[in-house]
Amino acid sequence: MSKYRGDFPAIRALMRDGEIHRDLYIDQELFQLEMEYVFGASWVYVGHESQIPNPGDYYTTTVGLQPVVMVRDADGAIHVHYNRCPHKGTKIANEICGNAGKFFRCPYHAWVFRFDGKFLGMPLRGGYEDVGFERSEAALGLTPVGGSHNYRGFVFARLSPLGPGFEEFFGESLSSIDNMVDRSPAGRLEVAGPPLRYMHNCNWKMLVENQTDTCHPMVAHESSAGTAIEVWKRAPEGTPKPMAVEIFAPFMSPYEFFEKMGIRIWENGHAHTGVAASIHSNYSAIPGYFEKMAAAYGETRARAILDENRHNTVYFPNTMIKGPIQLLRLFKPISAGKTLVESWTYRLVDAPDLLLERTQMYNRLINAPTSVVGHDDCEVYERAQEGLHTDGNPWVNLQRLYREEEAEERNVVTNGTNEWPMRNQFRAWLKFMAVGMGA
Amino acid sequence: MSTPTNQELIDFVYREARLIDQQRFDEWLGLFAEDARYWMPLEWEQTDPTLVGSLLYEDKMLLGIRVERLKGRRTYSQKPKSRCHHVLQAPQIESRDEAANCYVLWTPQHYVETRVDEQTLYASWATHTLAIEDGALKIKLKRVDLVNCDAAFGNIQLFM
Repeated sequence: MSKYRGDFPAIRALMRDGEIHRDLYIDQELFQLEMEYVFGASWVYVGHESQIPNPGDYYTTTVGLQPVVMVRDADGAIHVHYNRCPHKGTKIANEICGNAGKFFRCPYHAWVFRFDGKFLGMPLRGGYEDVGFERSEAALGLTPVGGSHNYRGFVFARLSPLGPGFEEFFGESLSSIDNMVDRSPAGRLEVAGPPLRYMHNCNWKMLVENQTDTCHPMVAHESSAGTAIEVWKRAPEGTPKPMAVEIFAPFMSPYEFFEKMGIRIWENGHAHTGVAASIHSNYSAIPGYFEKMAAAYGETRARAILDENRHNTVYFPNTMIKGPIQLLRLFKPISAGKTLVESWTYRLVDAPDLLLERTQMYNRLINAPTSVVGHDDCEVYERAQEGLHTDGNPWVNLQRLYREEEAEERNVVTNGTNEWPMRNQFRAWLKFMAVGMGA
Repeated sequence: MSTPTNQELIDFVYREARLIDQQRFDEWLGLFAEDARYWMPLEWEQTDPTLVGSLLYEDKMLLGIRVERLKGRRTYSQKPKSRCHHVLQAPQIESRDEAANCYVLWTPQHYVETRVDEQTLYASWATHTLAIEDGALKIKLKRVDLVNCDAAFGNIQLFM
């Protein structure tokens, strides 16, 4: 029996001011609906242009639950299509990264398609004369997603042909991508190898919420970051501080540090932590880097780019980027209780390699399935996913620093421990559900 | 010990796995040279541990943090604790260079990690690069290549 499909008032009732009903995390029907309406109308990150540098290069992934293929055309344009042959459904591209040659050729019956999706032909074409093929779905070729947009190398797609435009969806939040890309003296990023892939038995929204949760590091990560600090204290006097300790130690910063670091709220669920400063602010300077930046941008502009130390920028619904260390995490929903986290790293073109070394170390230490920080995060999410199945209390509390007026505000800065960004995500969620359900 | 016999090298690899399985992590850490690395690549036949991602690439200090963390009162992901189990195929001597004090062994292994009702099997090849230091064999590099290094994994909390 359907509990939520076609019943927006029932969904609206799952959200109070600062309280969220557990069904948003555990109900599989709601999960299906949010895949259709939230992931359908949002601009979701697909991949980076550097993954497909040459004509015919493709990358296969998912947007929400939908398999898609991102491909580079002969003229350099990037197209995003649903990944199925219009004939019988066979995935047209099957490697994660590959090259299709001059056109897509289905491995089943050799139907061929241009990279823009247009149908080119099939063997024994005579068999399709006078059968009405030209009026069939198949004759339309590969189905493109509703829209795709390449922003400074980052390719996003909107599955639905209807929905907000790219700029309208992101607003001022694109400044975080700008800052990450501007950190390259050449103004360009390249994907640096495969992502770490970490499976979590919890709802995707728990992971997204946690990206702006600044009241958990000193608690959940005491066992890892706290131990790192203790071990480091025992090092002989004069030992240079290792990069790993620089990465771990700020997780144990006191609440006051996180309060002061600030959070900026944008529309459509986007926000970032680390306005005034962040856990990335006090990393050692990399020799030769500033000189390259100053040569490329001039000293004043270079300093402005590098003084921006945004911590986590959340792009609703399921992406987070860390500008200062060139990292992107994609929270790929699989079911109400299962999420695949991909953590991607990027090389700043024309910058010293030591920056990429730090990026890779950060990713290993914090985001890997073997990471001691990741272990405790995963543990608390999975315990929450199990705990929410109890019938004692169906509500999740997100009231920290709640104000009634906040719902109408955007592009503002608030206390760094505010749970406003999480409430902001759920307001965006509800908005897209309402639009999708015609409410 | 000045020059290890092949049997001594092989015994060392078996003993290392045994110390992990018996959770004698302080003794296990003692098997590593001060400048040792423990590497679990992310890519098939990966050659670069620093500019390409890896599951693990840790020095002795970071391994020490892991060992210490496992004993911690607030190590939530180890409440309850994990256990693990190695099955090693006979370690093979890949190379021995007495002049360079460098001995390399190659060992296919199955590793099982459990936590309460969950039990996960990982298949991998362990490559040990060993050297004699202060009269004892030490690990300079332990490299563990998972057969499915590029797969999505849940928590891997102990040592393969």
